Amino acid sequence: MLSFVAILIDGVVYASWLFVIGIGLTLIYGVMNILNVAHGSLYALGAYSAAWLIGQYFLLDYPAAASYLLILIAAVAIGVIFGFIIERGLLRFMYDRDEVVMVLVTYAVFLILEDVMKLTWGVESYMPYQPRYLLGNISIMGLPFVVYDLCLVLLALVVGISVWLGLNRTRPGKLLIAVIYDRELALTIGINVGRVFTITFVIGSILGALGGGFTAPLISVSPGIGIEIIVLAFAVVVIGGLGSIEGAAVGALIVGFGRAAAVHLLPQAELFVVFGVMTLVLLIRPHGLFGRAVLRKI
Amino acid sequence: MTHQNRTVWCLTIALILLVAVQPVLPGWAVNMIAMSLSNGLVVLGLMVIMRAGLVSFGHGLYFGLGGYGTALGAVFLGITDAFVLVLLGIIASTFVGFVLSFMIARYRGIFFALLNLAFSMLLFGILVNSIVLGSTDGFSVPVPSYFGYVPSSAETRVSFLLYGMICLLVYVSTLAVHRYLNSTMGYIGEAIRENEVRVDYLGASVKQAIMVKYIISAILAGMGGACTVLLIGHVTPEDTVYWTRSGEFVFVAILSGTGNVAAPFIGSAMFELVRTYALQYAPEVWQMLLGATLLLVIMFLPSGLWSLIRSHDRKREQT
Amino acid sequence: MNTALEAVGINKRFGAVSAASNVNVSLGVNEVLGIIGANGAGKTTFLNIVTGYLKPDSGVIRYRGRNITALEPRKIARLGIHRSFQIPQIFPKLSVFDNILIALGIAGSGRNNGWRPLLTGDSGDAADAILVRYRISDYRDREAGLLPQGIRKLLDIAMAMVGSPNILLLDEPSSGVSADEKMLMMDTIMDVLGGSEVGVLFVEHDMEVVAHYAHRVVAFSDGKIVADGLPEEVLNDSEVRGLVIGNELRSELN
Repeated sequence: MLSFVAILIDGVVYASWLFVIGIGLTLIYGVMNILNVAHGSLYALGAYSAAWLIGQYFLLDYPAAASYLLILIAAVAIGVIFGFIIERGLLRFMYDRDEVVMVLVTYAVFLILEDVMKLTWGVESYMPYQPRYLLGNISIMGLPFVVYDLCLVLLALVVGISVWLGLNRTRPGKLLIAVIYDRELALTIGINVGRVFTITFVIGSILGALGGGFTAPLISVSPGIGIEIIVLAFAVVVIGGLGSIEGAAVGALIVGFGRAAAVHLLPQAELFVVFGVMTLVLLIRPHGLFGRAVLRKI
Repeated sequence: MTHQNRTVWCLTIALILLVAVQPVLPGWAVNMIAMSLSNGLVVLGLMVIMRAGLVSFGHGLYFGLGGYGTALGAVFLGITDAFVLVLLGIIASTFVGFVLSFMIARYRGIFFALLNLAFSMLLFGILVNSIVLGSTDGFSVPVPSYFGYVPSSAETRVSFLLYGMICLLVYVSTLAVHRYLNSTMGYIGEAIRENEVRVDYLGASVKQAIMVKYIISAILAGMGGACTVLLIGHVTPEDTVYWTRSGEFVFVAILSGTGNVAAPFIGSAMFELVRTYALQYAPEVWQMLLGATLLLVIMFLPSGLWSLIRSHDRKREQT
Repeated sequence: MNTALEAVGINKRFGAVSAASNVNVSLGVNEVLGIIGANGAGKTTFLNIVTGYLKPDSGVIRYRGRNITALEPRKIARLGIHRSFQIPQIFPKLSVFDNILIALGIAGSGRNNGWRPLLTGDSGDAADAILVRYRISDYRDREAGLLPQGIRKLLDIAMAMVGSPNILLLDEPSSGVSADEKMLMMDTIMDVLGGSEVGVLFVEHDMEVVAHYAHRVVAFSDGKIVADGLPEEVLNDSEVRGLVIGNELRSELN
């Protein structure tokens, strides 16, 4: 019973974390048809910049609570700067290329950013534990949980609801949906697809960096964290269906609970469970649980 | 026809040269050539499916199966003969390739790439948690024998026999793939990449063609993995089946281009050469170099390094 | 006349739209049958059903008395029913020569000799002969996808003909071809076909082409057959004119 509660809460926390990372990835794919490997780099950049800023901030004697704001600011800054540079400086010249080629292009960006991070922050690891430590622990049914981790659920809800409202209740969001459903039609009714792409990529990048930034206090930020996260994020969005927001949520929950269950019941099976689900979903529903298939017209 | 025969001649001459110069080459050069050839086999396999428009982000799976098949045979079955060990590796990768080909044949584009990624990560998940196989650290493989002959300890790990065996395997595989790609079955790959509907309406089985290509690529990747493990004498999950390794093979394949069966080996040799120097003199920008090269090749040399050789060739024919 | 191909009681719906309702069509061994109808009347759907790309909801397709309903397109092709497309289905990045060569290779690879080299002296000569026959030799080494529509149409039809089919289905052979070239193009096709025993079924919008080449005409409207008979009868039928040809005019004006 206790392990059931632990699996439940760990699963939700883990799913929330995955959702924040996955939603940016799926948004970019949905609008731009780019499976963005560099999303892993944005995650790592977000984590590094947050870790570095927190380290600097706690050297000073300012109110500790503002450190959460710092993570947010770092993520937005990183997302805007790198998202803009990558999209305007590179991707927009290659929109006529094949989907697979675009994966390789973003893979190249990923490789470059790996070294950029090493050059900027070195190869030693950062442990910005303070924001997590500050909120303390809480006991649920006798089991100790870190309050900060539970707050990630809140973050995921805020991100999910904001994206949903942004897409469905604002004019730019509706234009975005128009582009997702029919790019050519969107062009003919005068939507500036180029601008929509830039905005989407920047928002997606901010979300990736946000995921990294709020993860930083939980982990030791060191080279290679982007490498691990990107395959996991792929699993999440593929399970849900590439390009689907609801799918990212469902994918995150499936992977989150799957991993939590494995960790508590059969720790060796952790990775196997995640990619086992991904394989099964691809085999049974190639376009994911929420994806759409199209039949070619001849 | 003359063009095809010329490839055969060039490959034969290359084989003779490579074997002949071995005794006078320094150890590091022998090692580098052997490594390039082994990894080139995997890239040759990728080339076969890339001609059909399919890119796999998980061929580390077959590379790893070949490597682990060989390593397990040596350590757990006590087999010492190099040829038998390589054969074991190939059998492992071929078997899995055969089984998975039934599932993978209906996938295209990024879904093909992703399903391969998922398969490879499944194996990775198994290997890193297998304590008996050394988990993330992997395990060492003893020096093999060759038809009963055991290289003396004075010889380096990369003995003339191992080197010669790799050269021979590469030669035979390359000729076979060359012959295959020039057959109707081979050309169906290009036809599938261009227009599956037409292939179907011409009466050829797209599914069967893709399965055959996939199995060929699994065989070659397994062979490459088996040779690489014998060369290094050690096997770990991260150096064989992890997605970064699969990505590296795709990188070399894009760099090489799919124009000729020799291209993967030229690309692979370039890659090894640059890696050796970069890791020695500027390790902190090695991946940046890779990324920048990949971007440049995609933008300005979409048919890879081979197109440079071929355009030179064309100019010569015109004059 | 001997019946080669026969569609009996074909029905097919896409949601609320009926693309075929109780369609009955037969094609004689040597016959040239024209199918006319407004856009969306179900002509291409009919070809897709005959060639196995779509499964009918009900009904039977028989070829030489054998039920071939919903066999895969490649199996139907192997039986000798080939097809050209409204939008040419060629290999766009390959040369015209390679397009034909691959088609020849596949046609000849029936008995397990797909492992033989594709380009031999013989197969090259055969491909060149086909290019001459279809009057597209001038484009031999050009990238197929970059050629004018008319040339791509001819290439598409040439590829359909390579396997010496017994039945050839042509989907709007003259669409996208300029008015002064379309007759020349149809002549080219009919010249090639003239020497062989082939039943031809062609979907066509151009009434001049239909009147000139068809032995018999079937008119489609809203998934139903509204007329089936000699060209002069069907094309002059006032109901057909109203449903098909009139619509045609209107859709062209739009």
